[in-house]
Amino acid sequence: MYKYDQYDQAMVDARVEEFRDQVRRRLDGSLAEEAFRPLRLMNGLYLQLHAYMLRVAVPYGTLNSVQMRALGDIADKYDRGYGHFTTRQNIQYNWIKLEEAADLLADLAKVEMHAIQTSGNCIRNTTSDQFAGAAADEVIDPRPYAELIRQWSTFHPEFSFLPRKFKMAVIASSTDRAAMRLHDIGIEIVRNAAGEIGAAFYVGGGMGRTPMIAPCINAFVPIDQMITYSEACLRVYNRYGRRDNKYKARIKILVHELGKDEYTRQVEEEFAHLLTQGIEPPLAELERIQAHFADPAFETGLSDAIDRTDPDFALWVDRNTHPHKQPGYAIVSISLKPVGGIPGDASADQIRVMGDLALRYSFDELRVTHTQNIVLPHVKQADLYALWQVLQANDLAAANIDRIGDIIACPGLDYCTLANARSIPVAQKISQRMAAKEQEIGELKLKISGCINACGHHHAGHIGILGVDRKGVENYQLLLGGCEGADTSLGQITGPGFDEDGIVGAVERATDFYLAQRADGERFLDTYRRIGMAPFKEAIYG
Amino acid sequence: MAEVQFRFRDDEPVADPGVTVDAFGEQTNAAAVRIEPGDDARDLLPHLDRIRLVEVNFPVFGDGRGYSAARILREAGYAGELRAVGEVLIDQLAYMRRCGFDAFAPEAALDPADADAAFGRYGEVYQPTVDGRAPIWAKRHGIAANG
Repeated sequence: MYKYDQYDQAMVDARVEEFRDQVRRRLDGSLAEEAFRPLRLMNGLYLQLHAYMLRVAVPYGTLNSVQMRALGDIADKYDRGYGHFTTRQNIQYNWIKLEEAADLLADLAKVEMHAIQTSGNCIRNTTSDQFAGAAADEVIDPRPYAELIRQWSTFHPEFSFLPRKFKMAVIASSTDRAAMRLHDIGIEIVRNAAGEIGAAFYVGGGMGRTPMIAPCINAFVPIDQMITYSEACLRVYNRYGRRDNKYKARIKILVHELGKDEYTRQVEEEFAHLLTQGIEPPLAELERIQAHFADPAFETGLSDAIDRTDPDFALWVDRNTHPHKQPGYAIVSISLKPVGGIPGDASADQIRVMGDLALRYSFDELRVTHTQNIVLPHVKQADLYALWQVLQANDLAAANIDRIGDIIACPGLDYCTLANARSIPVAQKISQRMAAKEQEIGELKLKISGCINACGHHHAGHIGILGVDRKGVENYQLLLGGCEGADTSLGQITGPGFDEDGIVGAVERATDFYLAQRADGERFLDTYRRIGMAPFKEAIYG
Repeated sequence: MAEVQFRFRDDEPVADPGVTVDAFGEQTNAAAVRIEPGDDARDLLPHLDRIRLVEVNFPVFGDGRGYSAARILREAGYAGELRAVGEVLIDQLAYMRRCGFDAFAPEAALDPADADAAFGRYGEVYQPTVDGRAPIWAKRHGIAANG
């Protein structure tokens, strides 16, 4: 994986000192809170309901064991002994003191990490496929392209005060595991008929209060023009994105209002101009980065056979491992969704244990997933049982990846100043209620947001739940039929909302109805798509 | 009008107040123009040879359109003074400098020591812009800076 050189290190070190100075000026009163706010946000520091929250960047979700251990230590040293993995493949800490934030950033810089641009109206941390470099179905490893974008977008002088936040994702597999088309810019690295690598640009997707699926505006940008094309997309947005209404300021609104064709025309015009400006890094830089992502030294000639006599282990293998490109290896998902747990939370000890397991069993690599789980990308099949035993001993062996208990949930009103309703207790209750039927139900992605900003991706859930405030009372709307990935679709609201216990019952009625209706091999989503909303509605509201 | 507090040029400053972009095309004797966030900097491109001062106004620091305006002018070869005016704050100085601003007239004067630190904070940069600084990738691969 990527290693900093002296330049990358100099950048994060300078950032720590800059932030230390900003905090000094804030505390001595020379920097007003209003002016400090965007600066601290660009360092991932939010003022939440109870304390400051710090969001740490995990570029494209990739970590090594030293970094993971450091995240565990930070949870102990600066927080209350746990961290929360997010849908942006990041980790956030909820109990940070402003006076200590710069020291925390300095600890991160020691392990080549930072919190740069994890918030604010700038280009956020770039996400990617959590199976990158390990999946059998990818065209090429997408992470070097994401790293190129990370460097280009870091402290970009023109794009640090955009109309609104800006999220990019890079994938290289038609099986989209990163919800690419629900980003401000989604890039799919593709190979054309001539065998050349290029970037397909999808612009103007997003969730929030106006969910939109990004249209493809250019199906093949030559790879040695990808940064220039990105710059053109951003410049048109920076100049013409709406600034009169923060709810209409995302690029999806600009693309929608101009129309895809007109937005594309403006981008192509700007692109033609920017091509004359020499802003594209040379291919040698991409190759330098790619060398960091070379395959680890896989053993060859290994068997894929494993001993499945322990039924709990066999179930976990079925649910939580995925095919690897190298025979004899598997990709392992560690679920951070134990029954009744807080989705995405891990204790300091659990974080360190996962770091140790990566070193021992996965060529020193981990990934954070946008579904708030952890992946060990390169595990020998022969090591799975030993690995699973350690996971079991640490309450990390839930066998429920992509099952109803594998819930995405935002922090909600328990932590977040924006939230209208709590998300975590709803997730916990659903997880408990549905645990017994989880395996019978099969694949079902359930996602909960505590407000319309949709951090919990409720639009993209097979079942989505949106918490709203109705006359001072928390109320939960139910959505069906959302999906991320190659066949992205947006969920539709079933009808009137429910209270906290009511929404749990409604989910159960929807899944019971599915079990009664499903044809052979159909997932919940397939049945919904086949029979439509009306019968589900009747079953839910009856 | 706020004083110019920082200037990175040796020529004589233009004293004229800037006219609006709309009026500028008509006033053939004007040498100074003021860009507001909603203006299109490209409207000035036919007149670059007679412009000696462009003021770019930042009514609020969070409106970043002025950064694009500045870069567009520099990319088109504008070599006169490019002055940031309005809500110009310490922590925006380095970004503005990178986008081609070479004069700063903040509406509230800035602490000189803090400003000095801000201008010099980052010894390295990831992107080439119009300021002629070699980006990190150019240093890594021994490529000369453009501009």
